[in-house]
Amino acid sequence: MKIKLTFWRVVFIVIMVLGLYSSFIRYFRGLGAVSNMTDQFPWGLWIGFDCLCGVMLAAGGFIMVGAVYLFNVERLHSVVRPAVLTAFLGYILFIVGLLFDLGRPWYIWHQLIYMNPHSVMFEVGLCVMTYTTVLFFEFLPNVFERFNLKTAIKWTNKIYPVLIVLGILLSTLHQSSLGSLYLIMPSKLHPFWYTPALPFFFFGSAIAVGLAMTIFESTQSAKAFGRQLELPVLVTLGGALLVALWVNALLRFEDYYHRGMLTQIFKPSYEAYFLWLELTLTFVIPIAMLSFKKVRLSPQLLYLASIFTLLGFITNRLNIALIGFETYVGHHYVPKWTEFSITVMIIALGFFLFGVAVNYLPIFPKAKYGAALPRQTKAEPLLGTAVLTHAGD
Amino acid sequence: MSKALLYDATMCIGCKQCESACAEQNKLPYNDTIAAESVQSAHKYTVVMTKDDKFMRRLCMHCEHPACASACPVGAFHKTKEGPVVYDVWKCIGCRYCMVACAFSQPKYEWGSLNPRVRKCIMCPDRVAAGKQTACAEICPTGATKFGDRDDLIQEAKQRLSQNPDTYLPRIYGLNEVGGTCVLILSSKKVEEYGYPASERIGDTPMPEYTGRVMERIPDFIPVWSLVLGGIYWISHRREEVAAAEAEEEKNGSAR
Repeated sequence: MKIKLTFWRVVFIVIMVLGLYSSFIRYFRGLGAVSNMTDQFPWGLWIGFDCLCGVMLAAGGFIMVGAVYLFNVERLHSVVRPAVLTAFLGYILFIVGLLFDLGRPWYIWHQLIYMNPHSVMFEVGLCVMTYTTVLFFEFLPNVFERFNLKTAIKWTNKIYPVLIVLGILLSTLHQSSLGSLYLIMPSKLHPFWYTPALPFFFFGSAIAVGLAMTIFESTQSAKAFGRQLELPVLVTLGGALLVALWVNALLRFEDYYHRGMLTQIFKPSYEAYFLWLELTLTFVIPIAMLSFKKVRLSPQLLYLASIFTLLGFITNRLNIALIGFETYVGHHYVPKWTEFSITVMIIALGFFLFGVAVNYLPIFPKAKYGAALPRQTKAEPLLGTAVLTHAGD
Repeated sequence: MSKALLYDATMCIGCKQCESACAEQNKLPYNDTIAAESVQSAHKYTVVMTKDDKFMRRLCMHCEHPACASACPVGAFHKTKEGPVVYDVWKCIGCRYCMVACAFSQPKYEWGSLNPRVRKCIMCPDRVAAGKQTACAEICPTGATKFGDRDDLIQEAKQRLSQNPDTYLPRIYGLNEVGGTCVLILSSKKVEEYGYPASERIGDTPMPEYTGRVMERIPDFIPVWSLVLGGIYWISHRREEVAAAEAEEEKNGSAR
């Protein structure tokens, strides 16, 4: 056990050192030196993964808040706080990622004074800023409870309905608008991915991923923190995930059918291979798995199905952001190692902060998260998963 | 009235004087090495390309409905009333959405800079506002690049097409593409061969319309969706309140 802890600590340190080196290159040598982005490929891994996937993976926050507080599904109550924490950290890290990707991040505040209401990017920016603030307030009760601030708790309880509605409204807007960003380039994005329905697909995939991410993160933290898994919670989430995947799959089919693409998507081509990979991971495998009752009742298999779903939708967004442009541009884009290293550093930071928060704040219900838990486990075991998750892209 | 440039590739002799005049006007470096570069970049706003002894210029098209201006979150791009699409570096945050959004991939980036700017042809806005021609049109020895009112130039282009139908391909590139551009091109060879996007690919619809269709729904969507969400909240919690009240009543009833 001790050796393992040291191992993950070393991995974490290596990730951070490489990440800091790459950050140095980014800020003292420029975007050209740190990345393989060019005039032909102005958006790379950071937009594709850190932004598009990052926001999608943080969708669990608004999905769970919606399920528990809006629809009053009481039995999911125990996963709301970890989901909100994941979302809050996710959005903070998304903003950190932006500070790397923006050419002039020191002017990011211009967004607040020079507004262009016609710009989808402006809408996304404004929603993300506001929603991160909302998430901060949704997260605050953890801190208030930790320090037993009764008046503050009472006050947040009063504004909670407003926060809930506002949070879901903002999420609906910017999750879908991330897809709308690509509507302005019908001549550039490959027809497999360019469709007027992009905003709907981005919103639909956020719901599926929000559910999958909650399954993933509950199982993961149960392993890492030695908590008991609540099977009824996972079963409910698994069932909802199956429905969400079916809806997503039918919408995708409908879209290809209406645009007359059904024969083209089966013809082998560079894009088709990536599309097949995406569709297999997002729909074929998880839907097939979750159709069996045995899978829906088994924590391990649910966990596996959720991983397939996550990898699938990550592939989907990377296809849209990167693969879908290669034919137009005429050459491939492969991120530089320094681009990867910054992305990995941000993910590792996320796992680290999650671990710290869980250790010091009442994120998980008290009854199950007893004082018997050894303090030393801390965040380190979780870091392993940082590496594992990243192995996927 | 909007000003424009008419580039007639059949009149171009490939002297590249437009390139050097552009560099001088925009205070960009220019020498033999840069002259030999056949791609546009942050230090080369316009380029004259050669293919089988035929020439073709590339520069920002100055769209009537520019995608860059619609895409920019801080409004760093705007189309002036004279026609040029200009860039305000102060506003720019460096998101590069303009580069991705432009159907002609005209905005270029200073990748090596620590405070990078987006660079593209801005159609000499100061000269144009002062009633002068652009630097490239002024220096062009053959009149291949001609500056004027857009409507007049369209008439002239049509005239050239009808007078010499054998010289030209029968189209004015930029007349209707993405809703019309302020750079119009006549040529004997397909512009697509020089890297211009095909007309049928980009279409005649202004690019901002594709996002505009979604964006214009948002002001209606916000109040409607808020009401729906608030309604769901109210109903699902109302049920709870009623249940609690009933339980209370029952308790009181049994206690009595």
